[in-house]
Amino acid sequence: MVIKRPRLSRAGVERRNGWLLISPWLVGFIFLNFGSYIAAAVISFSDWDLRKGTFNNIGLRNFEHAFRDDLVGKSLINTLVYTGFHVPGIIILGFAVALLLNLKVKGLPVYRTMFYLPSITAGAGMAIIWLWMMSPEGMFNGFLSWFGIDGPRWFHNPSTALPALIFMSYWGIGGTMVLFLAGLQGVPDHLYDSAEVDGAGWFRKVRHITVPLMTPYVFLSVVINVIGSFQVFTQALMTTEGGPDNATLFIFLYIYRMGWENLRMGYASAIAWILFAVILFFTLIQFWGGRRWVYYEYTG
Amino acid sequence: MTTATSSVRQRNTRIVVVRRLVRAFAYLVLTVFGLAFILPFLLMVRTSLMTFGDLFADPPILWPWPLIWQNYVDMFNTGPYLHMLRNTVLIVFQNVLFETTSSVLVAYGFSRVRWEGRDKLFILVLATMMVPATVTLIPQYAGFAWAGMVNTFWPLMIPRLFGHPFYIFILRQYFLTLPKELDEAAEMDGAGLWTTMTRVILPLSKPAIATVGVFSFVNHWNDFTEPLVYLLTAENQTLALGLRWFIHNQGTEYTWMMAAATVFTGPMIIAFFFAQKQFIRGIQLTGLKG
Repeated sequence: MVIKRPRLSRAGVERRNGWLLISPWLVGFIFLNFGSYIAAAVISFSDWDLRKGTFNNIGLRNFEHAFRDDLVGKSLINTLVYTGFHVPGIIILGFAVALLLNLKVKGLPVYRTMFYLPSITAGAGMAIIWLWMMSPEGMFNGFLSWFGIDGPRWFHNPSTALPALIFMSYWGIGGTMVLFLAGLQGVPDHLYDSAEVDGAGWFRKVRHITVPLMTPYVFLSVVINVIGSFQVFTQALMTTEGGPDNATLFIFLYIYRMGWENLRMGYASAIAWILFAVILFFTLIQFWGGRRWVYYEYTG
Repeated sequence: MTTATSSVRQRNTRIVVVRRLVRAFAYLVLTVFGLAFILPFLLMVRTSLMTFGDLFADPPILWPWPLIWQNYVDMFNTGPYLHMLRNTVLIVFQNVLFETTSSVLVAYGFSRVRWEGRDKLFILVLATMMVPATVTLIPQYAGFAWAGMVNTFWPLMIPRLFGHPFYIFILRQYFLTLPKELDEAAEMDGAGLWTTMTRVILPLSKPAIATVGVFSFVNHWNDFTEPLVYLLTAENQTLALGLRWFIHNQGTEYTWMMAAATVFTGPMIIAFFFAQKQFIRGIQLTGLKG
C-alpha cells in the first residue's frame, strides 16, 4: 500500500517551512532560556551547595539572607556608582566624537578606527594593558610625575580603584559612537539648510535640530549601556578581583564569588535574581521616562 | 546699496572664518583624543618588544631598539599558552560556523517566509536579548554539570547551535530589505524554499552574513565569563583566561605580559581592519527601526 501524503496548501507549506527554519531558536529558547528561568527560580529557593552536596528547598531564606548581607548592599552601591559615571560619560563622549566626525572631516575612517578599536578588545585584553599602564612603574604615574604628582597604586588603593575602573571604561565608547554617527548621517540636510536661511548658527542647529532628532538613538544607547554596565565583570575580575577591601566589588563579581569560589549556587542564584530585578526596574523607568523626552515625530 | 552688499560680504567672510576655525578645532580634538584611544595598543606593542631593564629606563625609552622578539618565545614557554591558543582557535572556529549558520536559518524563517504568529514570536527573540546573562548562567551551569560536561568545550559550543538573538535580528533586518519579487521569480523557475534561499537570497546577503561572522568571531575570541565558569584546568582554557593565569603566575613580568596581550588582541584587531565595513554596517542595522 502506498501512503500518499496529503498535499499541503501554499500557506501550509510556508507555515511548515517557517517553523522548520526557526526550530533551532525554538529549541534553544525552550531549554536555554525558558527552562533556565524556571531552573534559576528553583535553585534560588534551594540551599544548593556544591561543596556540602546539599539541595533542599529552603523557601525565601536566600533572599532574606541577601537583604541582610552587607556585601550585597555594598556591591549594589558600587555597581550603581559605576553605572552613574560610566553611562553618562559614554553617551556624552560618544555623542561629542560623533558630532565632530560628522563635520565631514577628511580621514573619517581613520579616526573612526582609532575610537572604535578599544571597544573591539574590551574585556580581558584592555584590562591587562591598563593593569600595566596603571601599575607603579607604568605610563600613567610616569606621566603624573612630570607634574610633580606622586601617583597612587591605582588598583591597590580602596579610594582610587573604583575611579580607575570608571576612567578606563571610557575607552569603550566605540559602539555608541558608531550608532550615533549612523543617526547623524540620517538627519536630512534640508532641515539644516532651512535653519541656516533663518540665520541659525552651528550651536543652535545642534540644539534645535540634531539633538531632538537624535533622541531615539540616545535612548537606545542608554538602555543598552545601562544593561551592560550593571553586569560589569571581566575588567574588575582581571584588575582588582573586587578588592581592595571590596571597593570594586560589583554584583556580578559577588555572584561569581558566591557561586564559583564559595560554591553556594543557591545563594548566588538568589543574588542573580536581585540583579535581574534591579536591571528590569531601571529599564522600565527608562521606557516610562523616555516617553517624555524621546522625539519620534519626524519620519522622513 | 553698496553698504548693504559690503556688510553681507563681511558677514559671509566671517562665517567662512568661523567655519575654518571650527574645523581646525575638530581636527585637533579628534587627533589628540584619537591618539589617546590607541595609546594603550601602542604601549602594549612597545612594551612587548623591550628588555625587562628598558621598563625602568630613565628617561623613558620612546621605542625600543633592537626589538626583542624573543619575548614572544619566552612568553609561550612560561605557561600552557600554546595549548590555550590552540583551544581558542578550535572553539572560535566551530562557534562562528555553528552560530552564523543557525542564525541565518532562523532569521530566514522570521523574514522571508510568511506564517501566522511570526512577528509576535519575533518579539520573544528580542525579549531574550534584554534578559541579563547573569540569570541564565547558574542554571545552564547546573545543566552542563549534571551532564558531566564541565571542563570540556561542549558548554561553550552547544548553545551556538541555536542561533544568537542579536545576529538573528541583524540578518532579519537585512533579509527584509530584499524585494519579495526575487522569491517570486525564483518560484516561477520552479525553485523551492531551499533553492531560493541558497541560490538567490543568501548570495545577495553576503555583506550581512559577513557582518555576523565577524561579530561572532570577535565575541567568541574575547569571551571570558563562560570559559571562566566552565574550563577549570589550564590545559583546557582559552587565551582570554590565559591572561588572567598570567597575572596570577607572572604578575610583574610586564614585557611578557604585553607579549601575551598582543597575541590575544592581535587577531581581533586584524579582523577589525579587514572587516571594518561589516562592523559599521552591523551597528547601523541595529539602529534601524524594524
